[in-house]
Amino acid sequence: MRSDGFGGAFRAIATTVVPEAERLDDREWGDLEGIIAAALAGRPPALVRQLRLLINALDWLPLLRYGRRLRALDAPRRTAFLAAVQDSPILLLRRGFWGLRTLILMGYYGREAAGREIGYRAAPAGWEARR
Amino acid sequence: MTDRSCDVVIVGSGAGGGTVAHALSPLVRAGKRVLVLERGPRFDDREFTGRELEMAPALYADGGGFLTADGTMTLAFARAYGGSTVVYTGTSLVAPERVIRGWEVPGLTHDDVARRSAAYFAANNVHLLAPEEINDNNRLFVEGGRRAGFQVEQFPVNVKGCKGSSLCNLGCPNQAKQGTNRVQLPLAERNGVEVVTRAEVLGIDADRTVRVRVAERAADSKGRASEWSPGQYRIATRAVVLAGGAIGSPTLLLRSPFAPALRQLGRRFTCHPALILVAEHPRAITNDVGHPKSYFVDRARSEGFVLETCMYFPFTTAKSITGFGAPHSALMRAFPRLQMILVLACDHAAPENRVATDGAGRPVVHYSFDDRTVGGLVAGTRASAKIFFAAGATRVHAPFADPPLLERSDATLVDERVHAGHFRPGKTTISAAHLMGGCAMGRDAADSVTDSWGRVHGTPWLRVADASLFPDSLEINPYVTIMALADRVAEGLRQDLGTL
Repeated sequence: MRSDGFGGAFRAIATTVVPEAERLDDREWGDLEGIIAAALAGRPPALVRQLRLLINALDWLPLLRYGRRLRALDAPRRTAFLAAVQDSPILLLRRGFWGLRTLILMGYYGREAAGREIGYRAAPAGWEARR
Repeated sequence: MTDRSCDVVIVGSGAGGGTVAHALSPLVRAGKRVLVLERGPRFDDREFTGRELEMAPALYADGGGFLTADGTMTLAFARAYGGSTVVYTGTSLVAPERVIRGWEVPGLTHDDVARRSAAYFAANNVHLLAPEEINDNNRLFVEGGRRAGFQVEQFPVNVKGCKGSSLCNLGCPNQAKQGTNRVQLPLAERNGVEVVTRAEVLGIDADRTVRVRVAERAADSKGRASEWSPGQYRIATRAVVLAGGAIGSPTLLLRSPFAPALRQLGRRFTCHPALILVAEHPRAITNDVGHPKSYFVDRARSEGFVLETCMYFPFTTAKSITGFGAPHSALMRAFPRLQMILVLACDHAAPENRVATDGAGRPVVHYSFDDRTVGGLVAGTRASAKIFFAAGATRVHAPFADPPLLERSDATLVDERVHAGHFRPGKTTISAAHLMGGCAMGRDAADSVTDSWGRVHGTPWLRVADASLFPDSLEINPYVTIMALADRVAEGLRQDLGTL
């Protein structure tokens, strides 16, 4: 999944889910999106189409409430909007957002650099590596 | 299409298939041909790197994210030489007597299961870890649990030479876990059993042929190439043992000509739906070093849950924490200070929870959370929160609270803050790795798929030897019981093979 295919909507959602993603440079965004693309590569094409549809819907739906697309909202409004989606009474929306959130978390925290940043230190050598 | 023949085909090489392969291997010395077909690859030791996004897609179906039909739970099961024994933590418990009695399977006794389990305790080097091998994550669970009034027990584990990498669920990088990939399969192969990896069983026909597709090794993938040339095979056999797990075995039978006569096929699916909870301590603890799952609290009988210590990797942890944004990031940045507990709900067989197939014959798992299962998750979350706080945690992540973070000032309000009203399927990450049922044992085709020896009703040459045999949830970690039942299935097959 390349974010340019969504004209900024994907990055707007991604940086709301993981605020630290704002600090990623182009290469790091490439790593994040590459991880997501690899995860989607083995999934049915219909799933990828649904995901694109969801991202577009999440971008346009705020127009009804805020008069702006998601990508044009400030961070607190983006957060409020996505929180409402996460708690939606419609299962389809909840699980759709859960899936998108999961992919973003995979793309961000799946990078080894993110593991180092949060202090994750597991190593095959186990206890020996800590001595 | 290449034609082959053998006496016994075993589908799958995990706790069930690996056990049957070893138990039948004496037949090879008597001139019989025993073949194991494993869908996943055989990995070299050096390929177990412990890197989350490298190992999970290589080892697990759908990278560990196989979704139930309504998309509200992920199911984790491995595809590899050794099956899911490659990715478990090696926790070894004998099935509770009350559970086996409650299954009401004619001919199956707890004594028999316990006797066979004991043999695998010995074979797999099951023992208690020494106190110096226990990390803070586990020690805090013991201290907090006892302070909060729970009976905390230590897991016997089947490791040999454990270095404490904490990476069990990504395949041990030090080959310390004594799964079937380390014990039963190598012994079986030494005795002449043939194991073919990357071999997907497409179908089982009424004339006792097994149709198989052997996949090519992709250039950039982990694992060795298959022992057989890529392509399609038709294997004529006298007996087939299905050990593809609680999704694989029912799916194969549903695609077979035997399905119409097996009305219970795919039913009685249970899976111990699980929540991963985290809590923040004021100081760094040893959590991502040391065996991750050394202690548990068993409240299955009284409250429908089991708590286990656990430790996961950055992405798995991130997806398990409810919500997003700054509060989510704050917990992730506290990783070196996080304590983790796994809450397992002891679900029970329900008519709507079953394995089915779609139009292309692929597995579809229908699962919905009934009140009892949600109650187990809620009660387990409350108990975990009390243990976390009693252990000194300052904040607890509780997905069934709103907001899902409990501060220390909430420690006396856990029962009020955490309740089923906050459960929203599709919002909270719920996953399961103890997949059971689908080919349940029982009396006859009206109530089950097999008898207590794993014989498929009406088709004596077709046997099942995995967790799909369980007529209901086991309420503990299942691999030892799978091995015990598989041993029993192998014994029955050894006796019957001459007449099949």
